[in-house]
Amino acid sequence: MTDVPRGKAVVTASLALGVAVGLIGISFGVLAVANDLSLAQTCVMSVFVFTGASQFAFVGVIATGGSAAAAVGSGLLLAARNGVYGLALAPVLQGPLGRRLLAAQFVIDESTAMATAQPDQPAQARAFWWSGLSIFVLWNAGTVIGALAGRALSDPAALGLDAAFPAGFVVLIGPHLRNRAGRQAAVLAALVVLVTTPFLRPGVPILVAALAILVGLRTPAPEPSQEPGPPVEAGEPGDRGEQQA
Amino acid sequence: MSWWPVLLLGGGAYLCKVVGLVVIGGRPLPTRVQSCLALIPAAMLSALIVANTVTLGQQLVIDARLPGVLAAALAAWRRWPFPVVVAIGAGVTALVRLAAP
Repeated sequence: MTDVPRGKAVVTASLALGVAVGLIGISFGVLAVANDLSLAQTCVMSVFVFTGASQFAFVGVIATGGSAAAAVGSGLLLAARNGVYGLALAPVLQGPLGRRLLAAQFVIDESTAMATAQPDQPAQARAFWWSGLSIFVLWNAGTVIGALAGRALSDPAALGLDAAFPAGFVVLIGPHLRNRAGRQAAVLAALVVLVTTPFLRPGVPILVAALAILVGLRTPAPEPSQEPGPPVEAGEPGDRGEQQA
Repeated sequence: MSWWPVLLLGGGAYLCKVVGLVVIGGRPLPTRVQSCLALIPAAMLSALIVANTVTLGQQLVIDARLPGVLAAALAAWRRWPFPVVVAIGAGVTALVRLAAP
């Protein structure tokens, strides 16, 4: 989606984005309970982590046989991105400390994109809250539905659910491969995993692969696509999918 | 699964958001640091794709997941919706397992 909605369209777009994200929440719920998380843990994760790529990464590492520590590490590395978005949103979200602490939970890809595309501060704040709250509600609703449905599955491997993770990650990585540095980091990270897997405990190669971000040292300034303020595309909260919202 | 990893990830993810929005606020990070941070998703997602497609424990293996993920990659490239892409990845893998167990 190239046109970022403004004005009244922001409300409609926020709700549509929420519905799309809710569908992805269903996928997350199914996969989480298929990989040893309880219904309560799955739901708590969507409420408190609320950044989808981190949640999928956490469960994905568990799925490869990785330790809980490695799963948390991968999730946190992906969550660090939201800190960068927070920097960009700080001038938009002024006000009492309590409100800013609440706003922080809704700092994700989609809300950042919706907010930074607006012409002035009041419109930016409005877009942030509408998209953030809409996605929060529907992401969590989707998670509950998916987790309940997932508990009914008897044999996740027979349904190919282990391949569902990389399939989802393939969608999420798309927008990050549009610039040269992103492609270099992705290739390097893939090689690190292939080379180190036989020698390290499961999950650890994924953390080591994070060193691939150092290719960014050679990039003098962020390219336009790397600025905090990603294109608005419906993904799960915290990252971007590719479907139209 | 014990609760501590779930709560640690929840707390840590929130801390990342708060540090950016409330603690550091409007002061920008050095450009090179920003460039590196912007590459986290590309590196991590790529690592996760490889680990979840061709590794099992400490072994490199090629099994039914690979055709599933390749089919999903094609669907993602065609910009099909996320749930559809995930269903294709899982479905193709399941079919290959049925055909060649």
